[in-house]
Amino acid sequence: MDVALEGIRKGYGGITVLHDVSLTLRGGRVHGLVGENGAGKSTLARVLCGAVRADSGRVAMDGEPVGIRSPRDALRHGLALVTQEGAIVPGLSVADNVFLGAGPGRLGGLRDPAGDRRRLAALLDRTGFALDPSARAGDLPLVHRQQIEILRALARGARLIALDEPTALLPGPAAARLLRLARDLAERDGIAIVLISHRLGEVLASCDTVTVLRDGRHVTTAPAADLTAADLMRAMVGRPVEMLYPEPAPVPDGAPVVLAVRGLSRGTAVRGVSLDVRAGEIVGLAGLVGSGRTETLRLVFGADRPHGGEVTIMGRRVTGKGPSAAMALGAGLVPESRADQGLVLVRSAAENLALASLPDRRRLGFVRRRAERLAVGDAAETLGVRGAGLGRPAWTLSGGNQQRSVFGKWLVRSPRVLLVDEPTRGVDVAAKVQIHRLIAGLAARGVGVLMASSEVEEVLGLAHRVLVMRDGRVAGEFPRGASAEDVLASAGLR
Amino acid sequence: MRYAAVRDHGIVVALAGLVVALSLSTGTFLTKGNLVNVLDQAVVVGLLACGMTLCIVCGVFDLSVSAVLAVSAVVAVLVTRSAGVPAGYAAGVATGVLMGTVTGLVVALSRVHSFIATLALSIVYRGLAVVITGGAIVYPHAGQLDAFQALSLPTVLGGITVPTLVLAGAAAACWVLLAATTLGRAVHAVGGNAEAARLSGIRVAPVRVAVFAVSGACAGTAGLVMTTRAGSAQAGLGSLLELTAIAAVVIGGTSILGGEGAVWRCLAGVLILTLISNGFNLLGWDPTYKQVIEGLLILAAVTLDRLLRRTASGSPAR
Repeated sequence: MDVALEGIRKGYGGITVLHDVSLTLRGGRVHGLVGENGAGKSTLARVLCGAVRADSGRVAMDGEPVGIRSPRDALRHGLALVTQEGAIVPGLSVADNVFLGAGPGRLGGLRDPAGDRRRLAALLDRTGFALDPSARAGDLPLVHRQQIEILRALARGARLIALDEPTALLPGPAAARLLRLARDLAERDGIAIVLISHRLGEVLASCDTVTVLRDGRHVTTAPAADLTAADLMRAMVGRPVEMLYPEPAPVPDGAPVVLAVRGLSRGTAVRGVSLDVRAGEIVGLAGLVGSGRTETLRLVFGADRPHGGEVTIMGRRVTGKGPSAAMALGAGLVPESRADQGLVLVRSAAENLALASLPDRRRLGFVRRRAERLAVGDAAETLGVRGAGLGRPAWTLSGGNQQRSVFGKWLVRSPRVLLVDEPTRGVDVAAKVQIHRLIAGLAARGVGVLMASSEVEEVLGLAHRVLVMRDGRVAGEFPRGASAEDVLASAGLR
Repeated sequence: MRYAAVRDHGIVVALAGLVVALSLSTGTFLTKGNLVNVLDQAVVVGLLACGMTLCIVCGVFDLSVSAVLAVSAVVAVLVTRSAGVPAGYAAGVATGVLMGTVTGLVVALSRVHSFIATLALSIVYRGLAVVITGGAIVYPHAGQLDAFQALSLPTVLGGITVPTLVLAGAAAACWVLLAATTLGRAVHAVGGNAEAARLSGIRVAPVRVAVFAVSGACAGTAGLVMTTRAGSAQAGLGSLLELTAIAAVVIGGTSILGGEGAVWRCLAGVLILTLISNGFNLLGWDPTYKQVIEGLLILAAVTLDRLLRRTASGSPAR
């Protein structure tokens, strides 16, 4: 069985995330899909499985075009998606989740619990998953929710299963088991497996064919045997990796500590984190998803309330006083998700740029428009955001311009400490380079930067030193020039 | 972009079309008496809709406004009885502000969705009005009645009534507040993305309390207008007008999802609803159909809003 994606295009507002991507997936094979954050991997899988509708292009199975307008259509044709978080109904049992939406049941509407149980037992046997069929799905850890989705796909007789970052949250042995299962499903049952992953090593080891996407475009498809991790890296980034990062200016001797964190804790997410950032220094925070990077930044900024520990900005304690207290001392946060936390997407870019400094341009409660135009114009110029777009709603801007606007919000305030979470998630390479220059430029002007990123190369390329987080703790510290392998090992990846 | 143009100008075109149609189809529409009457009829809903616009742009609903209106009206009459007309007027508006602030505090502190919280509070307030009046209709003293009703009289400005001028003043104030002040910016931001606003240093709870307070002030003023017109007040006054106000806001093109909207839009919405009523009267049509048209209008406005927002909702960052 072949599934061919032909000329798939998808855009959101002003942003095109897939540009005429074509790809053929074969039954019995494991097909790797790699690319940087925002390259379009997940969107492509979601188009294939009906979760989002492409603007143009078509999907053909064995040469026959099939119309896929919803997940229901996709499932009818045997195309299933398994997400990282697991699309489950928390209040239902494992068994009910596995057979959710599957067929009419007995007598055209009655449920068949005994039959479901029998079929589920067979599926569990086939996959080797250890799940209690009557457990409430919402009580299970993410790993098991993902298993429910895989079982659901198999229960529906899927002929193609797309696994979106299936191993991102798994410890080593569990990840290996899952990849072995994926191979088995392909070889034994002739299912086409699509494996989306950031871990290039596992992609090369478990896939037959690998496709690289970059900025929503198909770059290359080749047999895994002919590729090395370096090849993939080059194809993903589009240029030699080393050239991407600006060399940060050296931190002057005796530069004052602008941010000091001592024993910061919150539940199990952050456990006793201590760190210092000096003026002009870029400190990187590396670590796996869920290691506590984002949570640490939010606690430092005051977005969440810590359970213990202390945050000192410019020599003043701000622990637990909320974002305004940190902002008053010159701190700013570029949050993890610009759409959910960074921007008011329905308002104009100009209004978003002005948002964090409204009180600075207030007279008798009124906005001083002229002062605002000047301040916003200056920031836009520094950012390289084109002036004409400033009046348009933020959602019409490209991902790169949106992300720069989030930085711009703080530029208007002349920050002294900038907390940056995933600075370049979902932006194109050109914008990425500019954002990196922007961060390096701010540090050169004496701003202390604490930057978290899930891209180890980005942290290593930009930061003066790198702290590695693992299970809510700082597990290691590396100087500039450390190898990605060492950092990842410290993070608990290998 | 195309849809945005429809929303920006469509409402004005619709309003103008309605005026032209009524002018052509009836001989009585374009008379001074009728126009003064139309504006006067728009006042109560107009006042409520101004406050409601601020709430909806801020991402909250205030379903308590008609109950606040009733309590304010009752308080205005009772204070008039004991302390005179000026004190009664002041007490009516002050009651609205106070109750609006309480509503805002309850919503902000309880973190219950504003729709449910204000629905519950509206029942409480309505009950309060019954308790205060003992279920009876309250009147000012006979000697005070003329002075009390002075608010609802025509003025020298071409016969336009005082309430119409009150609405104009309140609308102008809300308009400036929303469009030109830093609070207005915060209102937009909180309604558009409360988390982004919070992480930009905006204190979300006080902003929400402020819009409820303004909504309460508008409701109190509307109560004053109603009670001075009637010369009396009762606990059931203005029942369900909050829904008409929301309808007017939505028909005007303010987004039900928060973050986008304008006071002039709600005025356009109110005028459209009032003109439809007026048209049915003048043409002698069966008023039953009026509801059908109003309902369809609301549906059309919300559908258009959804179309506009659909492109905005799916950002690739999610």
